[in-house]
Amino acid sequence: MQLVLEKRAERSQTIALISPLIAIGLTIVTMSLLFVILGKNPLAALDAYSIAPLTDSYSLQEIAVKATPLVMIAIGLSLCYLANAWNIGAEGQFLIGAVAGSWIAVKTQGTEAGHWVLPAMLLAGAAAGALYALIPALCRVKFGASEILTSLMLVYVADLLLDYLVRGPWRDPAGFNFPTTAEFDPVATVPVLIEGGRLHLGAIIALLVVAGAFIVLGRTIKGFEIRVVGAAPRAARFGGFNADQLILLTFAVSGALAGLAGIIEVAGPVGHLQPGISPGYGFTAIIVAFLGRLNPVGILIAGLFLALTFIGGEQAQITMKIPLDVTKVFQGILLFYVLACDSLILYRFRLISASRQVHRGAG
Amino acid sequence: MIKPCQRMSDVPPVVSPVRGTPLLQTVGLTKRYGDFVANDSIDLEIWPGQIHALLGENGAGKSTLVKTIYGLIQPSAGELRWQGQAIALSGPAQARDLGIGMVFQHFSLFDNLTVAENVALGLDGKESFKAISARLAQVARDYGLPLDPKREVWQLSVGERQRIEIVRALMQNPKFLILDEPTAVLTPQEADQLFVVLERLKAEGRAILYISHKLEEVKRLCDTATILRGGRKIATCNPKLETAASLARMMVGTEVKEVKPRGERRITVPRLVVNDLNLPPDDPHGVSLQHISLELKGGEILGIAGVAGNGQDELFAALSGERPVKEPGNIIIDGIACGHLSITHRRKLGAAFVPEERLGHGTAPRMRLSENALLTGHAAGDMVRHGFVNAAATLQTVDRATQAFDVRKAKRDPEAASLSGGNLQKFVVGREILRNPAVLVVNQPTWGVDAGAAAIIRQALLDLADQGAALLVTSQDLDELMEIADRIAVMFHGQLSAALPRSEATRERLGLLMGGSSIDGKDPAHAAGA
Repeated sequence: MQLVLEKRAERSQTIALISPLIAIGLTIVTMSLLFVILGKNPLAALDAYSIAPLTDSYSLQEIAVKATPLVMIAIGLSLCYLANAWNIGAEGQFLIGAVAGSWIAVKTQGTEAGHWVLPAMLLAGAAAGALYALIPALCRVKFGASEILTSLMLVYVADLLLDYLVRGPWRDPAGFNFPTTAEFDPVATVPVLIEGGRLHLGAIIALLVVAGAFIVLGRTIKGFEIRVVGAAPRAARFGGFNADQLILLTFAVSGALAGLAGIIEVAGPVGHLQPGISPGYGFTAIIVAFLGRLNPVGILIAGLFLALTFIGGEQAQITMKIPLDVTKVFQGILLFYVLACDSLILYRFRLISASRQVHRGAG
Repeated sequence: MIKPCQRMSDVPPVVSPVRGTPLLQTVGLTKRYGDFVANDSIDLEIWPGQIHALLGENGAGKSTLVKTIYGLIQPSAGELRWQGQAIALSGPAQARDLGIGMVFQHFSLFDNLTVAENVALGLDGKESFKAISARLAQVARDYGLPLDPKREVWQLSVGERQRIEIVRALMQNPKFLILDEPTAVLTPQEADQLFVVLERLKAEGRAILYISHKLEEVKRLCDTATILRGGRKIATCNPKLETAASLARMMVGTEVKEVKPRGERRITVPRLVVNDLNLPPDDPHGVSLQHISLELKGGEILGIAGVAGNGQDELFAALSGERPVKEPGNIIIDGIACGHLSITHRRKLGAAFVPEERLGHGTAPRMRLSENALLTGHAAGDMVRHGFVNAAATLQTVDRATQAFDVRKAKRDPEAASLSGGNLQKFVVGREILRNPAVLVVNQPTWGVDAGAAAIIRQALLDLADQGAALLVTSQDLDELMEIADRIAVMFHGQLSAALPRSEATRERLGLLMGGSSIDGKDPAHAAGA
């Protein structure tokens, strides 16, 4: 007997929907093994990771807070990936957006500046993220440089720029030499939705982004263009769509969304600019995008799920002394299984007896 | 061994009257893919010194059958016998060891390697490169297949590339050679040369299985023909005793519809004009277009013949606007200079285009038909309003094309890749014709399409011309061009010959042009080619 992958006549809609669930199931099995190897009770660990955070209001709000940047970034990335443009540098665009928005906050600190400050910060963050994303996109279109490498490398540039600013020119004079800016003024802060809670306006913006992407991808000619350029480049050119322009556009949009997420994070939950404002949102969003099938609604669900693993990871660290890095292992294994299960959309397993093996030949 | 046609239904399989055992025999050979039966209990006998035609439409199961014989596919049931012995082939290497050779329709050659290097790569065994080169030259000379072992493949014509494949197969001294549509890419003269070689192989006692759907060719060359339809053997007969029409009837199962001759032709004003178009190639091995000029009037069909790879694809890209040219006046559609305009602009001017490759170029394979209707339909019409797609309008186009062109599909709006070649082509052509184009540029309208679909498509092209559109039809099928074109020009090395009226465009004249000879009276310096 032999197990072979056989091409399906049409893509399976059923598998497209359940493939992320299979991937999550396989991840749980693998993680359980890992917990056993670490000498932890796998049931307790899984409970800490995925059940416990759902049981109290603080954790639930915190999941939404963490999901907000993940979803916003992942929506932008999904547009890139659908169009076959590989933006891996959302983390850098997130940081640059945070820096650019913070510049306004720092400059207006302690002045009489009115309510225009926060909208200006959001605009600046989005614009800076878009411009920063256009660097690898332009290199790709003009010189054929791999956007995967250049966008990734620019992450470190952004990281070091932020580091320099908060240790140098923007450091809070009253901050005991900690590398951080002063707390932003109230007009430079994203308002919370529930008094005394952590849930902020960014969550609403993320939902609007999801709705917008849903409409653009499903109903507009631009959305069709994005999908067809990625799915069949030659047919797209025949249809009159310009792949180069689309790379620029999708990178700009995803950069803008990442930058917006960055400044919302800084002006919201964090409250000031400092190193380490992102626990790798820009990279985790890649997993979110694929786990969500590059579909806006899927991304919303996947973003909440990945946020759960962040919160669960912290809980597991506190209650069971499981290292925080295990969260990253969890996310990596998940992405691995998601991509693997995706082959089942176009292929299916078939058991073939040895005497009638299929040889795939030329022609 | 020559027998009148036996239909499976009324005559039980009979033992061949020839004494001895056949070289190769299939007994009840069956191949299933899930529920789909590609080959259903096929009995076939191949005798030494025989050229055996395998006839059938696309999807009849010809490829599956020969791939099984060549060891690329394992049968689900039934038996292969080689010289009377039952065999199970583990793969093509074992088939070659037995003496079975195959020349595929699509060549597997490396463009940047020389002829000898390509042959050496394809041979099993430990023969030195020098010995292979010498033997290659010897075999090529013996069979009258001139080949320079040191030339790089990208410099060679399609006919020469095919020679490499044939010589490579002959160097293994096969007893049995399978040829998959070998003349599809040849000029009539090149095909004649090939037939001489095949006759010679036959005289040497080798057997040949010849896949084709060019019926005249089969009648001329083959001793026996086996006809497949829907995975089953319909008949084995002597093609010389049949007519092309009777063979076609067996292949298709019904009478093939003849294309209605065109009525009163009303040639109007020029709708597509190309003025001295020059275009360097996109990639290093491409063809550069040189001094292409043509004028095409409303109500007229201009055919462009030529062996593949002589600039047809480049011309299509330039005419469609997939590769715009700098000089607007190079291409004029309905009086508007549009060489610099995009394909979308040109569609808005009333032009429509059908590329050669249906899957991946004409359509996005994994997208639904309605989305593929939008692919070209978004340029004009009511499919898009204020940036939003009118899904109902795209579906309506699918329905209209389905109805007008008899597109067979499993559901209302399936993925393009799930349609058969003929049905997808009907959809692609229908999608463009429903836009009522002023100018239609079509590349290979019926390539790889079954006879029924081909007739529908050709009729649609004629009808469109009758309605006053100007049609430019590029095809490698001379019969097709003879059937529908008013004038025929030939592409060779990126140049276009003057168009001959259909009455003067004999196969011989076109064949000479396809091989690079100039037309009498034409400036030889201009037509000499690159």
